[in-house]
Amino acid sequence: MSRYFTDEHEWIDVEGEIATVGITDYAQEQLGDIVFVELPAEGTSFEKGDDAAVVESVKAASDVYAPISGEVVETNSALEDEPALVNSDAEEDGWFFKLRIADASELEGLMNEAAYRKFVASL
Amino acid sequence: MSGNDDIAHIEEELPLQELPLDGWHRAKGARMVGFAGYHMPIQYEGIMAEHGWTREHAGLFDVSHMGQLTFSGEGVDEALEHLLPSDIKGLKPFRQRYSMLLDEEGGILDDLMVSRLGDGAFDGAAIYMVVNGATKYDDIGWMIEHLPDEVVMNHMDEQALLALQGPEAGEALASLIPETADLLFMQSGLFAWRGVPLWISRSGYTGEDGFEISVPAGNAGLLADALCESPQVKPIGLGARDSLRLEAGLPLYGHDLTPAVSTIGADLGFAIQKRRREEGGFIGHARVMKELADGPGSRRVGLRIEGRLPAREGAAIYAGDVRVGQVTSGGFAPTVGAPIAMGWVSLPHAGLDEALEIEVRGKRIAATVAAMPFVPHRYRRKA
Repeated sequence: MSRYFTDEHEWIDVEGEIATVGITDYAQEQLGDIVFVELPAEGTSFEKGDDAAVVESVKAASDVYAPISGEVVETNSALEDEPALVNSDAEEDGWFFKLRIADASELEGLMNEAAYRKFVASL
Repeated sequence: MSGNDDIAHIEEELPLQELPLDGWHRAKGARMVGFAGYHMPIQYEGIMAEHGWTREHAGLFDVSHMGQLTFSGEGVDEALEHLLPSDIKGLKPFRQRYSMLLDEEGGILDDLMVSRLGDGAFDGAAIYMVVNGATKYDDIGWMIEHLPDEVVMNHMDEQALLALQGPEAGEALASLIPETADLLFMQSGLFAWRGVPLWISRSGYTGEDGFEISVPAGNAGLLADALCESPQVKPIGLGARDSLRLEAGLPLYGHDLTPAVSTIGADLGFAIQKRRREEGGFIGHARVMKELADGPGSRRVGLRIEGRLPAREGAAIYAGDVRVGQVTSGGFAPTVGAPIAMGWVSLPHAGLDEALEIEVRGKRIAATVAAMPFVPHRYRRKA
């Protein structure tokens, strides 16, 4: 399994043709206490960059973009009852949705973990 | 990700200024944002934790961005009664009132607190006023235009303003200044702490018991440190200040109140005492009288929201297919444990328990007009 990161503070785990998408620990820290996550319907197809989910913190709503193109095959139903899971475990149990990857070449421009941590440190 | 954090709105036109406690906040680990033209702390450990701490213990807020003004000179009461719809002549020394500045059409230019000074506070001025930070320069301009030459207005930008709020605020402040224990809600007085003069009122913006403390800027850090030495007190950011005031049903100027809305519609008629309604003589009186007689076109109401999805400022409110209003503040309410909102709704749909819908990102969510405050006020009044 490979993990990729975007400069929009999302992470993507790739296993075969399925990508699991979430937001990074840095992102949840910036958003603060998360009270609601609006997830896409299963079967929705996204182009890279489409609005895919919305994270509501106490203060604000923030869009999460589809980091790559694909079709939603599963969403994290645990977030419905416990949106704060994104705060407590953003990069594992707080995942958002799984995509069937439409174009694997879109992964090529993304960062690996070391590059992402360096990117965050520069902010 | 993209945020549209309204309170963290960055004003890019002018460089942000530093308030006296800027370094103090940063040393305490605050996340700073641009607000009302200043760098201000939006949160320290997190909005939910800070909100809960204030409801259970005591929170220290830096509100030094607000405008602190004094007024003195011959005819000051009459002059202020021309500008404010509230009873100033009947305001006794050391008493405070909520009031507002109205324009000629009765629209709200700002809401504010006004007190009568005493004991020689602020160089013996007669009246003390605290106005909103984002509007203070407009307010000053408006008042200069409408005050007679005999009345002297002084903007005390060398004073910081701290708010200590929460059920343990009284105990925490009394540990430094025992005499403050005698103050009741909306009373104020001049106190001394280590030789520093402090003008303190028992009031605030959270719905809790608490105080607002005007302190010379050079002493603000020492006072903040002394207050935070108490295990009951933690510094609290602007984020929790907003969620606390929303639960308390208190309007936020620039959002729930604007020049487009009126006092009666805003449900702030309590700020206009009987004599002032009858006698008039203040800017905006005609609108107040008309709306008292005929009712306002729309009203500021509280909204309880079904489910977990927050409705935020700008969301449209519907009764069936008809758009009947707009959310002016909204978010998750930590003490209520659910989203709540404040909004303006046309009068026929603004009654208590009216079932409405709010549109959020193309979806309709159910909402009910609710009594405010959402969390009961716990002011310290006479027994």
